Formats: sequence, structure tokens, C-alpha cells
Amino acid sequence: MTTPRPASDDALHADPGVEAHARSPAGEPVPRQPGTPLQREPVRTIFEKGAPGRRGFTCPELDVPAREGLLPDAFRRERPARLPEVSEPELVRHYVRLSRRNFDLDSGFYPLGSCTMKHNPRLHERVAALPGHARLHPLQHPGRAQGALELMWRLERALAEIAGLPHVSLQPSAGSHGELAGVLLTRAYHEDRRDRRLKVLTPDTAHGTNPATVTMAGYEVVKVGTAPDGGVDLDDLRAKADPEVACLMLTNPNTLGLFDRNIEQIASIVHDVGATLYYDGANLNAVMGISRPGDMGFDIVHFNLHKSFTQPHGGGGPGSGPIAVSDRIEPYLMAPVIRRIEGHNGGEPRFELDHERPKSIGRLRGFQGNYGCFVRAYAYICSLGSDGLRDASETAVLNANYLLARLRREGVAEFLPAAYDRLCMHEFALSGAPMKRELGIRTLDLAKRLLDHGFHPPTVYFPLLVEEALLVEPTETETRETLDAFADAIAAILREAAQDPDVARQAPYTTPVRRLDEAAAAKRPVIRQREPRDSEST
Amino acid sequence: MSRYTAVTDADRQHMLAAIGVSSVEDLFADIPRGLRLGRALDLPPGRPEQDVYAHLRELAERNVGTEQEITFLGAGMYDHYVPAVIDMLLERSEFLTPYTPYQPEVSQGTLQVMFEYQTAICELTGLPVSNASVYEGPSAVASAGYLARLANRRARIVASAGVHPHSLQTLRTYARGFGAEVIEVPLQGGVTDARRWSEAIDDDSSAVVFQQPNFLGAVEDAAALAAPGRDAGAVVVGAYDPIALGVLKPPGELGVDVVVGEGQPLGNRLDFGGPSFGFFAASEEHLRRMPGRIAGETVDVDGRRGFVLTLQTREQHIRRERATSNICTAQALNALAGMIYLAWLGRRGLPELGELLLQRTAYARDTVTALPGVTALHGQPCVREFGVRLPVDGLAGVERVLDRCAAHPHRVNPGLPLGRVLPEHPDGLLIALTERRSRADIDRLARALQSALADEQAGEPHPTTAGVPA
Repeated sequence: MTTPRPASDDALHADPGVEAHARSPAGEPVPRQPGTPLQREPVRTIFEKGAPGRRGFTCPELDVPAREGLLPDAFRRERPARLPEVSEPELVRHYVRLSRRNFDLDSGFYPLGSCTMKHNPRLHERVAALPGHARLHPLQHPGRAQGALELMWRLERALAEIAGLPHVSLQPSAGSHGELAGVLLTRAYHEDRRDRRLKVLTPDTAHGTNPATVTMAGYEVVKVGTAPDGGVDLDDLRAKADPEVACLMLTNPNTLGLFDRNIEQIASIVHDVGATLYYDGANLNAVMGISRPGDMGFDIVHFNLHKSFTQPHGGGGPGSGPIAVSDRIEPYLMAPVIRRIEGHNGGEPRFELDHERPKSIGRLRGFQGNYGCFVRAYAYICSLGSDGLRDASETAVLNANYLLARLRREGVAEFLPAAYDRLCMHEFALSGAPMKRELGIRTLDLAKRLLDHGFHPPTVYFPLLVEEALLVEPTETETRETLDAFADAIAAILREAAQDPDVARQAPYTTPVRRLDEAAAAKRPVIRQREPRDSEST
Repeated sequence: MSRYTAVTDADRQHMLAAIGVSSVEDLFADIPRGLRLGRALDLPPGRPEQDVYAHLRELAERNVGTEQEITFLGAGMYDHYVPAVIDMLLERSEFLTPYTPYQPEVSQGTLQVMFEYQTAICELTGLPVSNASVYEGPSAVASAGYLARLANRRARIVASAGVHPHSLQTLRTYARGFGAEVIEVPLQGGVTDARRWSEAIDDDSSAVVFQQPNFLGAVEDAAALAAPGRDAGAVVVGAYDPIALGVLKPPGELGVDVVVGEGQPLGNRLDFGGPSFGFFAASEEHLRRMPGRIAGETVDVDGRRGFVLTLQTREQHIRRERATSNICTAQALNALAGMIYLAWLGRRGLPELGELLLQRTAYARDTVTALPGVTALHGQPCVREFGVRLPVDGLAGVERVLDRCAAHPHRVNPGLPLGRVLPEHPDGLLIALTERRSRADIDRLARALQSALADEQAGEPHPTTAGVPA
């Protein structure tokens, strides 16, 4: 095993004037001074560009007899909305230039914990854009949408197998929407049994969406503590699990990247008081084909197709959050559900939407869900198959543990120790507390300096339980070389901070903008262009 | 090793040695033996890219999309032309593959798009506050109900029967969780019954919800619906078709507090129902109760203009159980498509499009209701969609007419049989227009409908169209 030579020495000797202490993944010196072409580009919105009369759209000509008075004047808009007036070339240039101000997964490592930023195969974009998928109206007669319904049915069956639970609804639009479905299903289940419950338990390590969902579904949140090994504190759970508890929402592996070894006991404590056990699927990427939530005792599972199943995240969506449930929850599942009807005498099966579900909680959104995401997820499952899914999870866990091992070396581990001294699953939490104490830089500073090295930082300040937390999730699609380069960058930043902590404190230097005044933005919110250029008056 | 991973055997040995374990299985030691699957998942083996493409294409070919027929389906999603620039820009890695902009220094593209989008939605709706998108239309209506509940803690939501059935169903599902009752006010002559609307609203009304144009395509008197809601101190919610806002008065000028809607008509493809986006705009007083992400303008340490996620203390990752919503991932890429579309249409193009739809819709309405036995469902003004009654025997008759039109040489899909969603309109048909449906297409619709109705009345045998059992 070779230890990469610290790049900083080289950089110092090469060009002392640059004052570079490290090199980016491309081998360039990492600057300590601002002044890049993107930084010099003036920032103007599309509303500040263009000129009266410019346009991208050519309206079809009026081919029917023009009629007056189709809309009463009282209902009519008097002045047009002050939208931009730009030509197509201006429009393209504006948004292409804007796009260059983003960091993206295709160009760099994105180890954002809990977000599973794995490669997005372009095959998925191609198949999702096929006219039979992309141009299909959601209210098309089911008889003329058999391919779509069959795809959804097949995806449901695959997700059921992966979850180890028999029934699936693809309807929820994202993970948090799946959570809302799950808690509302729990409510319907208890109410149907005339069992009044008031509380939902969430661990103190939970994603913020869990407690927020509980409130939206009309329950009170009760927090359960974490044991010294990072799992659920069983004594605390026993003390709080009573017949008023409707549900325990759990992520396993949890948000510390640790598999809860007591999951069977947790399940029995929860089931003994008649509550349901809910699986937050954000971390499913650790266990696909290895262990199934249904086998662990979970009643309801949500999937994040935009995490484990590689739907591109689009800068904040779209996502998709299907759920899988056990038999006892099935009667309450959202309507409609897809039914496969066997053909007569060996004929082709038919697929139908079944709206007749008297105990259903109803709908959570319009139509059938984010079908475009289903196409991509289904293509992914077809590409990988049973072995490939298991390999994805195994490799995700291998990559995470390797990166953790790299960061346990001298020069890093004393400043950024693992929050829990165990093997991790697909992600791990580090604490920046010693770094803050010894080197005088915070986790935020480390994150910002990583940007100068060409890396997206890990999730920071989550989980809340870990002081100065970093949550690192490399995913299975990264190479060992990338993991090594990332570990080297962290080591270089720490060495640099030991010499001059101000470098990290002032970082980043190379990004389109530098640290932004978030406090001012929140204090006096400017959330729209107050005065779009008013062509009527110019 | 699949084609998306890169760990070779040599890598694996090196990595396991660095970790200090002897096998990958050792990494899973925390999972109790009894909980390990111990078998392969019951799924087919992985396949080469070209095979997966062929399979997905085969499935696509068993759907009849809007390239293969002249469709008049609408009812919430519409077959507008999506300009090529949208496809091109959305495929850019820099927009397609980042996560939510948690590191603003390297997310200025996404954040500025959010800011521009918020501006466009405010301009469209006449309201001062917009978020950066929610999931889609019906859940946006439900989220507006939740905002009202947070605002005034009242327990009843009054909703017009003209609201999309999916929105009403979603609102009921959510309301059962957050503890509110939904009271539905029926239509009268195609629009919300004004008298019963006023009677239903009282000082326990948390929100009043209407749709514009309503589900039957009729333009409601938004100002008249808003007034009793405001007088009672309820939050007035309007669910709008954004294309119709090209010609309709901005609801912010009519006393509507919250305007939501389905964003699909703005540059998003149909995708069998999603992903699209929902828009959500409100008056200033609801700023700190808004769900979802909001981008705000600020400056960096060198004084450069920049954008950040702001007012995050509303959100689940900060406020947890006291958050204004649980929403996290929303629809950033789809909202980007919406923003590009609005900039592409431009200040003059949006009203031109609205005017064209008004005219063609009027023509289509006249043409279809001139067919023997076909009558208008109502006489209200319509922007881009209208309802008719067909002279057939209930929903089954309407479905047969649709099958006949699909089998007609013109390959026409006349619209949505209303009986599928509204039992009170068994013989109803909802017909929607976009700029892609020309006068010639409308004439084809009329001919196909006329022929189908004649065959239906003559008891001609029912056609078998592709994929539809006879």
C-alpha cells in the first residue's frame, strides 16, 4: 500500500508566489486568493436581460373566426405579467451560463451523507424520453396505456421483493411524502380498530422529515434516545413504548451509518404495544439484497427512488417515494392500485387501475405518481438485476469503510475522529469537535475549503447528536482513486489549518461566489425581483 | 462488478486490507444472521444496456401517446408543445445531477433559477411571495389547507365541487391527518353555487378553496368567491391553471391569499402524470408559514450578488416537529422547465397563447355542440376546456364512443369521460385544447365524434382498437 506524497510540498516549491498548500484532483494548485473568470461575470437575472419585443415563442396563427366577448372584461387581465422578453439565443446563453455556476455529480465527487449521490446512467434519460412514456397522458384509457401499467406493476413487484413486504404503492412524490403516507396509513389502521393513539416515536438521530411528518399527520412526537453504541437506547424505548404510541419511525442503518444490532428487540417492543414500525428508506442503499426491512419486522417502508435507485436529483427534485406495506396495512393503501388480470386460456395478462378501495386513506396526489421516475428506477433494476443490486450495496459499504479507514490515519483521525468506533455501513459520521478545538477551524470551514479542492463537501451538522458533524456517503459508483484523493484533500486542509487556520476560515476562493451572507438574506428577505424591467414604460 | 461500479478484485483486496477485515461479508457483521437474506433476490439477472433499452422501448410501444393520436385529454395535464431548448437545458449535467443547493457557493445556478422562478410565479399570480416548488397540483391544494390550519387553527375547509376531484381527494386525505373537515359546495350552472358557498362559510372556516377555471372548464367569478372567505377571516385559496393566467386577472388583485396549481402545462412533458411541479404563492402575511424551499438574494464577503436558501427556520431540517411542512425534495428540475418555458413564451407570448386558446376553445365548443344530440354542460365562459353531454347511454356509452374515435381513421381521443371521476355526469365528456390542436384537428374531432355517435346509435359492432379488448 502506498501513501500518496503530500501535494502541498510540491506546490510550495513550484511557485511560492501562489501560496498554494495543496492541489486539486486535477493536480492544479489550490488557490488561496479569489479572482476567477466566473467571479468576474456580472450576476444578472433573466428579468434584467432582453428588450421589448424579443421572444422565443411564435404563436400559431388564428385559424378560427375571431370572436369578441369570450371573457367578461371584469375577469380579464389588464396588463401582461412582467415576464422576460428574450430571444432564443439569449435564453440559451443565460441558462447555460447559469448552469456553469453549479457543482454537479457528473463532474465531481459528491459524498453528501444520507443523499446517496450515485452515478445517474444516461440510458435512463433516453428511455424515459421515449414518446410512449414521455408523451403519455395520465388519463389515457388504461387499455391504451398497458405498457405503462405493466412497467409500474413490475416495479411494484421488484420493490416488494427488495423490501420483503408484499404490497406496494408507487404514488408518493418523494421520501417525505412516503412518510406522510406511512403515518396516515398507521392512523387509518388504528382507527379502523377503534384504537385511539396519540404519539409517534422517533429517535433523536432521525431525519427532520420524520418529526415534521408526525405533526402533519396529527400525532405528537416523542423522542427516543441513542445508546452509546449508536443504536436505539432500548431502556428509553421500553419506557416510552406504551399503548398510546401509534408508530416508531426508524432508519436502519440509521443516520449515523450504523446498523442497529437490536432491531429484532426493537420490533418486538413496538409490536407488543400494538404500534406499527416504519422504515425510512433513505439508507436502503446499504442493504439491498442483503437484508430486508420486512424481515426485520417493519410494517411500512418508503423508498427514495432518487437515492437508492439513482433518479437524478435535479438540484432539489424530482424524487419519488413509493411505499411497501404488510398485509395488515394493505386495506388502507392509497387508491388506485394496479391489478394484473390473467388472460383467458393463456392469453396476455391485462393491467387495470383499481379505484374500489373502501378502507383506503384516499389519494396523496394527482394521477399515478412520478411515472418518469418509475421508468428510470425500473431500467436501473433491469440493468443491475438481483446480483447487481446486492453488489451495489456491498460496494457502497466497502467504499464507505475504506474511506473511513483512510481517514483514520494519523494527521486526520486526531482532529476528525469517527463519531462511533465501529465498522460503518454505507456512510459514516465524523466529529469535527477536536479540529475546532485544536486547529481553530470548524466543520463549516473544512467544508468550504473542500470546495476549492473540487469536491462537494459531505453533509454537515447532521446528525444533530454529533458535535460539528460530517456525514460522509461515498456510494458504490466512485473509484478507489477518487476516495484516496478525497482523503488526501482532507489531510491537506488539516495540515494547512495547522499552519494558518485563516485559509480555511476565509474559504472558498475559487467558487463563482464566496461565502454568502445568509443572516442578511433571512432578516430582510428579497425573494423575488421587485421591479422586473417594465417594457411598457421604456 | 456492474457497469456502474469500479472495484476490481485487486482494489477489493487492497481496500479490505486497509479496513482490516478479510472479506466483504465481515463488513455486515452487525446484521444479525437471522436477518440476512441468505439467497439472491427473486429478480431477473442484470442485462446489457442495449437489452434494457429494447425492453423499455417495447413497453413504451404498448402505450398510445400524444404523438400517435389527436388528443383532447386535459383535466389537469395538457399536451402543450415543449420547446427543444427545455430538453437541451434540462439534460445539462449541471442542472440534472446536483442535489438540493446546500452549498450555495457552488449552487448559484440552481439558486438563481429558483429566484427567477419565484419572481415569475409572483408576476403571474399577483402575489408577493412564492416558494421554489412543491410536488404537484393536488398536493399543493392540500398543503394550502395545512397552511390555513397553521394560520388560524380553525377546523373546517370549504371547497367548491369545481375543484379537481384528485385535489379534493388529496385535501381530504391530508385533512384527516391534520384534523380538519372538508365541506364541499356544489356547482350551479357550471360554476360554484354562490348562495350555498356563502352559507357554508362561517367563522370556523379555516380555508375556502376554489379552482380557476374549474374542473368543468368554467371561469369562476374569483372576486365574488374570495369576498365571503375574507369576510369570515378564512384563508382564500385558488387553484389556478397557469396558462389561463395569461388572460385572467391576477388572483392577488382579487383578494385571494394563496394561489397554487399544477405546473405541468408550463414546459413539462406529460410523463403519464409526473414528475411535474406544483406552484405555491401567497400574500406577505403567510411568508413564514410557506412550505418548501425559498431562495433569497444576498451578497458574498466580497460584495458580489448571490443567492441562498432562506427562511430555513420554517423547514423540517431545522424546525423538525414544528416545521411548516415535511417537504424536503420537491421538483427543482421541473420548476426550471417552467421558468424556461415562461421566459420562452415571454411577456407577449403568454397572453397570445391564452387568446388563441380562448378562440379555438370557443370554436371547438360551437362545432361539437352543433353535432346532433350533443349539448353543452354549461354556458359559462371557458378558457381552454369545456364539458359536453353525449347522446349515449351513460359512461359505458361514452367509453364506446371513445373506442370508436380511436379506431376512426383520424385517430382522435375526444377527451375525458366525466363519469370516470364524477358519477353525476355519466354522459359527460371533458374536452381540452392546447396550441397543438389546430382548427383542422377540431374538425377531425367533430367528424370522428359524429361518425362514432351515428355508429353507436345504429348499434354498429364495437371496434377493437390496439390494446383494448372488445
